[in-house]
Amino acid sequence: MEWIDNILVARFNYWIYIILMMLGLYAMIAKNNLVKKLIGMSIFQAAIILFFISTGVKRDATIPILRHDEIPGQHVVEHPADGATQSPAIRANDYTNPLPHVLMLTAIVVGVSTLGVSLGVVQKIYGHYGTLEENEIIEKIKSAHG
Amino acid sequence: MMEIKSCIPLLAFLVSLVAVVPIVLSSRRPNVREGWTILAGIIKFGLVLSMLPTVLAGYTVEYTLWKILPSLSIQFRVDAMGMLFALVASLLWIATSIYSIGYMRVLKEHAQTRFYAYFAVALSATIGVAFAANLLTLYLFYEMLSLCTYPLVAHHQDRTARTGGRTYLAYLLGTSVSFALPAMIYVYWKSGGNMEFVGGGFLSGKVSGSEATVLLLLLVFGFSKAALMPFHSWLPAAMVAPTPVSALLHAVAVVKVGVFCVLRIFTGVFGISFLKDVGIGDVILWIAAITILAGSLIALSQDNLKRRLAFSTISQLGYIVLGAALLSGRGLTGSMLHIGMHAFGKITLFFCAGAILIATGKKAVSEMAGIGRRMPYTMSAFLLGALSIIGLPPLGGAWSKWYLFLGAWESDHILIVFILIISSLLNIAYLLPIVVRAFYMPSPDGEAGGGIQEAPPACVGPLVFTALSCFALFLFPGIFVDLAKLIGGNL
Amino acid sequence: MGEHFPVLILLIPFFTALGICVVGLWKPHWCQPATVVSLGASLAVALGTLCKVVKQGIVSYALGGWPPPIGIEYRIDALNGLVLVVIATVALITAVYSRQRVAAETPDRVPLFYTLYLLLVTGLLGMTVTGDAFNLYVLLEVTSLATYALIAMGSRRAVLACFNYIIMGTIGASLYLLGVGYLYIKTGSLNMVDIQQLLVSEDLYSSRSILIAFILIMLGVWIKMAFFPLHGWLPNAYAFAPSTTSCLIAPLMTKVTVYVMIRMMLTVFGPAYVFDYLQWSEVVVWLAVLAIVAGSIMALAQADLPKMLSYLVIAEVGYMVGGVWLANEAGLVGAFYHIISDAFMTLCLFLAAGAIIARTGDHRITSIFQGLPRRMPLTFFGFLVGAFSMIGVPPTCGFFSKWYLISAGIEAGHWAYVTALLFSSLINAIIFSRIIEIAFFGLSPGHEQTEIRREESPLSILVPLMGAALAVILVGLYNWNLVSWITDAVRLYSMAPVSG
Repeated sequence: MEWIDNILVARFNYWIYIILMMLGLYAMIAKNNLVKKLIGMSIFQAAIILFFISTGVKRDATIPILRHDEIPGQHVVEHPADGATQSPAIRANDYTNPLPHVLMLTAIVVGVSTLGVSLGVVQKIYGHYGTLEENEIIEKIKSAHG
Repeated sequence: MMEIKSCIPLLAFLVSLVAVVPIVLSSRRPNVREGWTILAGIIKFGLVLSMLPTVLAGYTVEYTLWKILPSLSIQFRVDAMGMLFALVASLLWIATSIYSIGYMRVLKEHAQTRFYAYFAVALSATIGVAFAANLLTLYLFYEMLSLCTYPLVAHHQDRTARTGGRTYLAYLLGTSVSFALPAMIYVYWKSGGNMEFVGGGFLSGKVSGSEATVLLLLLVFGFSKAALMPFHSWLPAAMVAPTPVSALLHAVAVVKVGVFCVLRIFTGVFGISFLKDVGIGDVILWIAAITILAGSLIALSQDNLKRRLAFSTISQLGYIVLGAALLSGRGLTGSMLHIGMHAFGKITLFFCAGAILIATGKKAVSEMAGIGRRMPYTMSAFLLGALSIIGLPPLGGAWSKWYLFLGAWESDHILIVFILIISSLLNIAYLLPIVVRAFYMPSPDGEAGGGIQEAPPACVGPLVFTALSCFALFLFPGIFVDLAKLIGGNL
Repeated sequence: MGEHFPVLILLIPFFTALGICVVGLWKPHWCQPATVVSLGASLAVALGTLCKVVKQGIVSYALGGWPPPIGIEYRIDALNGLVLVVIATVALITAVYSRQRVAAETPDRVPLFYTLYLLLVTGLLGMTVTGDAFNLYVLLEVTSLATYALIAMGSRRAVLACFNYIIMGTIGASLYLLGVGYLYIKTGSLNMVDIQQLLVSEDLYSSRSILIAFILIMLGVWIKMAFFPLHGWLPNAYAFAPSTTSCLIAPLMTKVTVYVMIRMMLTVFGPAYVFDYLQWSEVVVWLAVLAIVAGSIMALAQADLPKMLSYLVIAEVGYMVGGVWLANEAGLVGAFYHIISDAFMTLCLFLAAGAIIARTGDHRITSIFQGLPRRMPLTFFGFLVGAFSMIGVPPTCGFFSKWYLISAGIEAGHWAYVTALLFSSLINAIIFSRIIEIAFFGLSPGHEQTEIRREESPLSILVPLMGAALAVILVGLYNWNLVSWITDAVRLYSMAPVSG
């Protein structure tokens, strides 16, 4: 049963992202309704964002924001009397990795823009064809061109 | 071999290309337009002729146009082989130009400006092939010729013309892209980037025997303007073109470019001695022999005169390839001579076919009974041309066949000698009956008494000129034989 | 000033885009000149950067002053310097061309069109210069978003095609992003050069995560470049887009994405990993063979001109992917040369096709080409130059790119690839000779003088078209200079010459 621990439990974050991603992919490819496809797309992107975020997590770590007095150099300058003994060294293991968060902020912006553009396109499709069901649209295109 | 740098080869190439501009500009004034064509032809011939003494003295004239790949340029080099071909092509262009004036006007052909313009471009490409110094340049102008002759072949624009043009382009482009191009790139890679034609062959010793066999076959079939069987069907299909096109392009320029390429491949790419060492000339030799016999036999069965001449051309091209594949000096001399001799003979026959068409509207051999009495000049010229093709003295064709026989004998191919004899008999069988029928059989509809009804002088003049040339070439083959011997002796 | 060139190439079109977006509301007729001017400036800066690369080697620019590998690095070597110039040139030519077409096709949205147009170009330029794997994702999406919007401006059917493109494009970009995530987990870096060094120094070749990262990135990039069989979105999207849009994206999008693939293979994973460690070349080249054959056959089956050209684009992608994956220097060089030559010949064809369709108001090959040489001789000439290049008639650049790719195929001993290239040349010859036949001989004799009036395209279309045709021929004539340049640049990546 050790492999359950190793593969399922210890890496549950990956499993969650994979399940979400497959859900999204399924919706994007298999759903007939265009808006449902877009919902799938959002889930797909969210899965990747979760994946990135989860890679930055560390056990017992806090957010990577230094309080003013935690900055080693400044601390020494402002309180010369305290001496160097109190200035704590910054250990990377105490803080979660901020970079994935930063990257994902950008990725979220990209995702939102994509969603915005595609919703606009969907509106235009609805304006042209009066429906959002893919098969009905294709029917209409076929009858118009043949 | 001494080399002289000069831009005359480039000028000779450019003349007809530049002539397109005035030809197109004067499209509304036919006389001026055709004046330009003839003027360009004369200048071109003069330029080619001006290099003749240099070449005869054993020099080559070089001009490098553009460095296009490492150690490879678009380059012209005039040697004996290119000289001979260029002389024939540029001289016969003048004759054809005069002939087409008569032909096109009598038939009131449409789009004549297009016709003359593309004709001029085709001549440039032919000269480009003749003077090409390396395989890439050769290929470049070869493709140019395929493309610019297409509008000429499909000139009539009706269904048959379009089908014929399609076949023409499909065969020529298809084979050159799928056979010649990869072989050429392989050759380029094997030879380390050097593709310049040299006496002993630039590929000599650089490839193994089996590689050489495959490459030789790919290249010979890739340049399928040589119409070796089984890639010959484009030639009869291209006979839908107006007769001057058939005459110049399919007796002189296009097909001769094909065999010229084959000769270049034998001499310049592989080198005769290398091919002899590896012993692969025989494959091509037998393909050529089959082409000769099969071409002649099919020609026998054709009733349409132009188609009969087309199959005769296929068979005669076989002679030229065969001469090279004999891998002997005399055979090669015979091949080169035959390029010239056959050109004069066959162009005469095509001119006559066209003259008959415009004077009487007849295309089939079976309709030509008694025609000789109405068109004595034309049919006499036809006789001379036919005799030259057959190879009987006192006509030019005798010389080239003589050398081919010698070459076959020299290289101990007795069977080939027999094939040549049989083929000559077949030539008699499919050419002479036309003349006999024309002169000695009464015309069926009793119109025999109509007196002389020749084609216009612009048509008859050139064909008489070429027919007499066949005769003159027997008496004075000097220049051609000297040039051809220069090639044969260079081995 | 000179040290900021790498970023200026992008910033000029970017800020012009923002400016146009606002100013265009009042002065819509300023948009096109402003676009042309800014792209001209961008081209000049790109050329300046290229000169700098020639003089001092690789130019590295730390964005915002943060030194790499922490900050985003813009890194320009001889290869992407060349791609930058190509992008800027193509965009400039198309911008000149766009004047009348945009006014006719989207009259009420001229400022928006040019804003998106410039953003698209900015994205493409950015994808080329950036040396940061995540930044590449962002720019990829900037480009794609602009493309989506531009395509959706097209005809009725463009909208659905655009929707499919969005779905596929997003999947592709997301796969790429995921791949970058895996790379980041293993190496802790996003800087391309840094990643490669870490892969070697940390001995990560055998890591399964790196393998997955590579697969995901390749899949993502292949979707974005429409590599067969992931090409489904492309033909409709390109065919129904507004003509100016397809003139811009058809030559550039796929080609820049191929460059991104080359970059990923050379700079991020390194040839040692991709070719020597993975040993996948054979499989991918076979895929490329399929792409070439399938693309050509499907192109042959089309009756609609833009569609036919779109399928040709798919076949050409096969050329380049195959060339890169032949795993020898010659193949890489040939593929890279083909990026340049294909950009110009596709541009030439699409410009001419746009002009012809605009004049005839029809899409069908059988009808629009009838009598065209008389009706629009110069436009048809431009089309012919592009067509000859596609067939591979010397001295157009198409001949030489085939030459290099075929000789690379021979060197690698990959005969299927060589055969596929020849096959595609033949199919192209059939396609275009059919068009030529229709054009010259489509009408029965006698009709032509009376019925056809000359209706040449306006100068604003002819000049760019002739520029593109000239580029096709010049790239062909100077092929040797370009190729020796590319060869020198590729050698920097220590391509192990694979013995054949």
